Amino acid sequence: MKFWRKPLDLDQVVIPHGDVIIIKDRCKGCGFCVEYCPKGVLQMSEEFNIKGYHPPIVVKSGECVNCNLCEMLCPEFAIYSVPAPEDETLGGAEESLSTVEATKEEKTWRRTLRAS
Amino acid sequence: MSKVIDRPEVAKEQHPVAPLLRMDRIPHIWCPGCGIGTVVKCFATALQETEVDLNKLAIVSGIGCSGRAAGYMKLDGFHTTHGRAIPFATGLKLARPELKVVVFSGDGDLAGIGGNHLIHSARRNQDLMVILVNNFNYAMTGGQNAPTTPTPAKTSTMPYGNFEHPFNVPHLVASCGASYVARWTSLHVRRMTKSFKEALNRKGFRFIEVVTPCATLYARLNKLGLGLDLMRFYHQESEIRNGADTRDVAIGYQSKIICGKFVDEDRPSYLETMHEYYRKVLGDKYVPTPPEGGMLREQN
Amino acid sequence: MEADPAGVLTGAHYFDGDFACGEGAMAAGCRFVAGYPITPSTEVVERISRRFPLIGGTFIQMEDELASMAAVAGASWTGTKSMTVTSGPGFSLMMENIGLATMMELPCVVVNVQRGGPSTGLPTMVGQADIMQARWGSHGDYETIALSPQSPQEAFDLVIDAFNLAEIYRTPVMFMMDECVGHMSEKVVIPKPEEIEIVPRKLTTKSPEEFLPYVPDENLVPEFARAGDGYKFHTTGLTHDERGYPVMSAECQELNVRRLVDKIRRNAEKIVRFEEEATDGADVVLITYGITARVARMAIDIARKKGVKVGVIRLIVVWPFPEKHIRELAKKIKAFVVPEINYGQIALEVERCSAGNAATRLVSHMGGGVHNPQDIVDAILEAAK
Repeated sequence: MKFWRKPLDLDQVVIPHGDVIIIKDRCKGCGFCVEYCPKGVLQMSEEFNIKGYHPPIVVKSGECVNCNLCEMLCPEFAIYSVPAPEDETLGGAEESLSTVEATKEEKTWRRTLRAS
Repeated sequence: MSKVIDRPEVAKEQHPVAPLLRMDRIPHIWCPGCGIGTVVKCFATALQETEVDLNKLAIVSGIGCSGRAAGYMKLDGFHTTHGRAIPFATGLKLARPELKVVVFSGDGDLAGIGGNHLIHSARRNQDLMVILVNNFNYAMTGGQNAPTTPTPAKTSTMPYGNFEHPFNVPHLVASCGASYVARWTSLHVRRMTKSFKEALNRKGFRFIEVVTPCATLYARLNKLGLGLDLMRFYHQESEIRNGADTRDVAIGYQSKIICGKFVDEDRPSYLETMHEYYRKVLGDKYVPTPPEGGMLREQN
Repeated sequence: MEADPAGVLTGAHYFDGDFACGEGAMAAGCRFVAGYPITPSTEVVERISRRFPLIGGTFIQMEDELASMAAVAGASWTGTKSMTVTSGPGFSLMMENIGLATMMELPCVVVNVQRGGPSTGLPTMVGQADIMQARWGSHGDYETIALSPQSPQEAFDLVIDAFNLAEIYRTPVMFMMDECVGHMSEKVVIPKPEEIEIVPRKLTTKSPEEFLPYVPDENLVPEFARAGDGYKFHTTGLTHDERGYPVMSAECQELNVRRLVDKIRRNAEKIVRFEEEATDGADVVLITYGITARVARMAIDIARKKGVKVGVIRLIVVWPFPEKHIRELAKKIKAFVVPEINYGQIALEVERCSAGNAATRLVSHMGGGVHNPQDIVDAILEAAK
């Protein structure tokens, strides 16, 4: 992005930092988050998840600005961002969360489908 | 305005909208690259960011891919018959006027089989918020021609390409009298969420169309690529024109998609008009249906 | 239990059956009606639309009958007693959402003031040919409850019973009037509100955390939670489990549909209702309902004067059918005579239940008028031979 001029209050702006949390096994690999992350934080991984899709991984963990765009775009409720731990004032978590497990039901979805 | 009474705390290790979803039903049935999940996410976010009483909010869906949305939201959710979400929601709203009723369904359901209900509800400026997810085809049944399919897109029942003129749905409902009309694509997540928030706090017939990718059928039959390719297309070809004349917002095949808030008028809703009119002609004799529904106190 | 005084016009009136039906609904506590104009039923909603704004009810004329029935289903989820009113062609359009109301288990009343069919048929003239449609008109397996009044007074009384049965069994109840009963004017006596028995909606006492929308009680009827009370339940027209979640499997279908049907079948003996007269020692028993029951009175008197021992069963509740009773009776008599304004619908049911033990003689009339009593007399005399 190119600015016409340098904003006058640039020194006062605090750029937030976020942690991206990926619920790997919920992902269906559509790639929306990777495509539209404004900071290029994400990349599709080589790894397969439980459903056989390639979930995204965080490749530039320090770059996330906690804009939530990945979270808003994700049709699977599989990714979100939270303020990074160092952003205490912005309500950051005490320690970093990198991955969150899918629910038990999701992990056993094949079995429940067959059983129900 | 009622206070937020039960917005649950979201734990950091939980997806932010998880408390508003039926997590025991996730993963949902929508295909990879489908945009309906995004619309549900935006709607859930809108609910979290606005002061509405979730206990008094009902979501009604018809049949089809988008029709499944009511089943994934942790609200009073009604999955009804094909095309009848709007009249079903009308009954809910009129019998218990304190409810906020949201209809979440697809283009085939609302504008095809339910088209009559859509126009009449808009004509009455009925107190409903209607989210129409437009993927340009009947996806649940295998990509058949929809009343919104642009010409000459291919569908499974128009294998040589569609030659029927499609509906310009925002223009249809606006000309019938809807008081709020907007259109976004599933890429416009923030604007869509803002529209949902606005519409939740308005009265009358509020209509929001969301254009979403159907990767499995519409895109495949027309060789448009994956869901992501359609998102890229929306990125390039959508144009925000707030206040645009709805006559100019028809969607052609792979043409520019005009988005924005087209209509936002403060006009009396169905219930307001009804109350006002009966008060005028009947005076003190008029007994409106109580907000919590008629004859209930006497019964229980 | 008392009815809302404002809804009950206590006293003696001179009403047609349609008005009486509308008054009955209001006396029963009905406060939501959605309808679409169709002869010969329209007077019901004309009455209601005039009176509802004065008693706290909401009437809306929807864009068609599909919408009317859908709106009634939606309204019923708020706990409000709801009704729609129609005639043959509209009844056909309502079938889709009658199925939805059956599947979602919604108490509501569907009034059908029957006219001649098929299709547009005879809009202003009588018929009784929708009786089988009332039973199985919507697709899929289900059982229904249907009542049939023979007079304006009964249109008032029975529509209250229809609302009560709908509440007890959580199911749509068909109120099968006919054009003659709908359009005939007679004395209708409306009792005091405290004399009218009303069954309220049985609301769950469970908390939202422990509530599941489709857990049946001993009568196979689930508890009800109103939309907007914080239960945040899900319901669907798809085959569903106790949580109201769709489950696409033969096992769930088995449980779901079997319970829907058994809910009525197992309680059928409690629901069936008929008037019985002189069936003990009778040779011939007339089985009638609706306006035909009144035409048959004359035929019975004539036949009795001629020395035939004639008994009568007048069905008040048409569905479920008094199967057990007819079965027993068939072993004791020579024949059943079934006059009806169709080409044989209830007659088929009588024939099935009599299981070859007694003959069944249909006296059919294709509609547009009532029977000539002489035709019924002839059938009785023939059957008594």
